[in-house]
Amino acid sequence: MAEPQRPTTADGAAAPPATPVTELRRPGSLAEVYRVFTRMALQGFGGVLPVAHRELVERERWMSPQGFLEVLSLSQVLPGPNVVNLAIIFGDRHFGWRGALAATAGMLSVPMLVVLVLALICRQAADLPLVTGALRGMGVVAAGLIIGTAVKLAGTLSKNPLGLPLALGVGAMTFAMVGLLRWPMVWVVLGLGALGMAAAWWRITHQARGPAR
Amino acid sequence: MPVTSPADTAPLAQTLALLGLHGLGTADLLQLLLHFTVLSMLAVGGAITTATDMHRYLVQEQGWLNDTEFNASIALAQAAPGPNILFVALLGLHSAGMAGVVLAMLGIMLPSSAVALVVGRLRRANREAVALRAFTAGLTPLTLGLLVSTGWVLTSPTRAHWGTWALLAVTVVLNVRTRLSPMWLIALGAVVGMLGLVG
Repeated sequence: MAEPQRPTTADGAAAPPATPVTELRRPGSLAEVYRVFTRMALQGFGGVLPVAHRELVERERWMSPQGFLEVLSLSQVLPGPNVVNLAIIFGDRHFGWRGALAATAGMLSVPMLVVLVLALICRQAADLPLVTGALRGMGVVAAGLIIGTAVKLAGTLSKNPLGLPLALGVGAMTFAMVGLLRWPMVWVVLGLGALGMAAAWWRITHQARGPAR
Repeated sequence: MPVTSPADTAPLAQTLALLGLHGLGTADLLQLLLHFTVLSMLAVGGAITTATDMHRYLVQEQGWLNDTEFNASIALAQAAPGPNILFVALLGLHSAGMAGVVLAMLGIMLPSSAVALVVGRLRRANREAVALRAFTAGLTPLTLGLLVSTGWVLTSPTRAHWGTWALLAVTVVLNVRTRLSPMWLIALGAVVGMLGLVG
């Protein structure tokens, strides 16, 4: 992106930037990391990611928007829950592995207690049709939210080096093998995944070399 | 629901029974840990992409929990505050009580977290590197298939009811097209479910 032109003063010198750079703050202690991540997680109904941005970037100013995005992209590429990976990378940057542990513990410890208590309560109330009905409905919505994520992901496939048809084909094959045929996931991912990565590698390196065929 | 005698319905007894090991021996528990450890490394796109395989192992293969408990675990973890990965803790709880909670969570978390820690420290991570782009591009179609798979598994007990498909369609459309918080949709699901429209 082009740099915006700085207004010049009368003698031709560039004026200072219009917006001052916001100083990033740092967490003061492991306890503070634990506390903030706990507070973040407890507000995260349905998903912690939006709250994470609000807390870390806007409220605490521990990360810049670009910094947050960079760590998030890395967290999403890595295996595992992206918001936990984000906590690990953030915590590690400030306090090493202890920081990673404090952030992760904040993210998971109190919420785990809450969810375990809820599960035990639901178990006790399992003979109430309202409870089982509510859980069934929530299960369908959970399925819908997950499929919604899949639909949004499918929207990004047109930019995939494999090309939309092949990418959708691989996706369909994965669904058929894992979801319908119930083959163990490890073999499908190692098999199709390796093929997918090899094909992507080939396409990327060949697209880089010559003009579009 | 199994028929229980009056003595069995004492809340404390039931809770304690839930916290127990459900008859799982050491070999079973180690196998549980191992399975979740393997899934941890495959969970590109989050643990929910591996939920189909958790269903295959825990429900179909081992019979440690049924479809209702499986679905309720995921639904509850989504509704409750905190990362949705906590559904794994609930799967562990239903399978083997507190031992199951600890082992399932350690299994699903440790390998991927160790990788995140190591990779996060690499200063020279080049996002334009071909290897990384090939990795992401090659696996994204799989993640798509796995997510649809998980959604498919979650609807299996309720597919016979038209209410399920209506609720599913509404959820997908509102989730994709609007910025409506998932909590409203989950609340809607609870109400629709209580009205008996999804079975």
